[in-house]
Amino acid sequence: MKFGVIVFPGSNCDHDAYHVISKHVGQPVDFIWHRDTDLSDYDAVIIPGGFSYGDYLRAGALARFSPVMASVREFADRGGFVLGICNGFQILCEAGLLPGALIRNRDLHFICRHVRVRVETTETPFTTTLRAGDVLSLPVAHAEGNYVCDDETFEELAREDRIVFRYCEAGGELSEESNVNGSRDSIAGICSRARNVLGMMPHPERACEDLLGSSDGSGVFRSLTSTLAAL
Amino acid sequence: MKAKVYVTLKPGVLDPQGKAIQHSVELLGYEGIADVRQGKYFEIALDGSADEARARETAEALARDVLSNPIIEDFRVEVEA
Repeated sequence: MKFGVIVFPGSNCDHDAYHVISKHVGQPVDFIWHRDTDLSDYDAVIIPGGFSYGDYLRAGALARFSPVMASVREFADRGGFVLGICNGFQILCEAGLLPGALIRNRDLHFICRHVRVRVETTETPFTTTLRAGDVLSLPVAHAEGNYVCDDETFEELAREDRIVFRYCEAGGELSEESNVNGSRDSIAGICSRARNVLGMMPHPERACEDLLGSSDGSGVFRSLTSTLAAL
Repeated sequence: MKAKVYVTLKPGVLDPQGKAIQHSVELLGYEGIADVRQGKYFEIALDGSADEARARETAEALARDVLSNPIIEDFRVEVEA
């Protein structure tokens, strides 16, 4: 199975993702420059965190027009697995591959710390080896992570079991305080209707080694590889 | 010819930046400020090859497809000769 990590001007978690796939997942991985358009070699594509195009206009707004994004859309339509982390989630929303939008954090600050997220569903290729209700410790690092969507979209996400992660307390309870950025219903990650595209604000790729404070993020990559291995 | 595009957050979408500005303005002693909402303003110079109706069409398409995110923002376009 082969992974690709997309690199936009301003991406800065591309090497973290590459490191995790090559060293921990132990699978071949390439960087894919945003002007490249051939994704035919890949089974899964990661859109990493960072500040693509300096977050100009809106976070993720300009990356969406990069040539590679038309290929990502086709790749996703064909059932390829796409994981958007942080800025990657913002890009997927701007590109319309995921519904809703990510706006400025409720309290305005750039938030950079470990938070708790609860696994809401295991019915995605990214969470199969986790259990619903598991609480993961993952780092966030963003200023625009406040997930918003209209009521219709929210009901659809809930009905179709597409809310994948929610910010929570250490014991798994939802609360105003643990909802770090003010997201609607504490949403930290959602998947597409076909479930093969996941966007999440927390960084699982920065939490795959105990040395870094947590290895809880490895479950996401373990799930993805076991899904791919079973195909 | 010039197109002016105003992009504003939809009513009801939280605007923490506007709130922070309002707070600072109140600290400065300004009274009677009920609300502040922050938006974006773009000036687009057109090369004059299109008439006003076409220019408006282009500017509106640009505002819809690029300058605003319809999930959270509204826009308004003015075209000036």
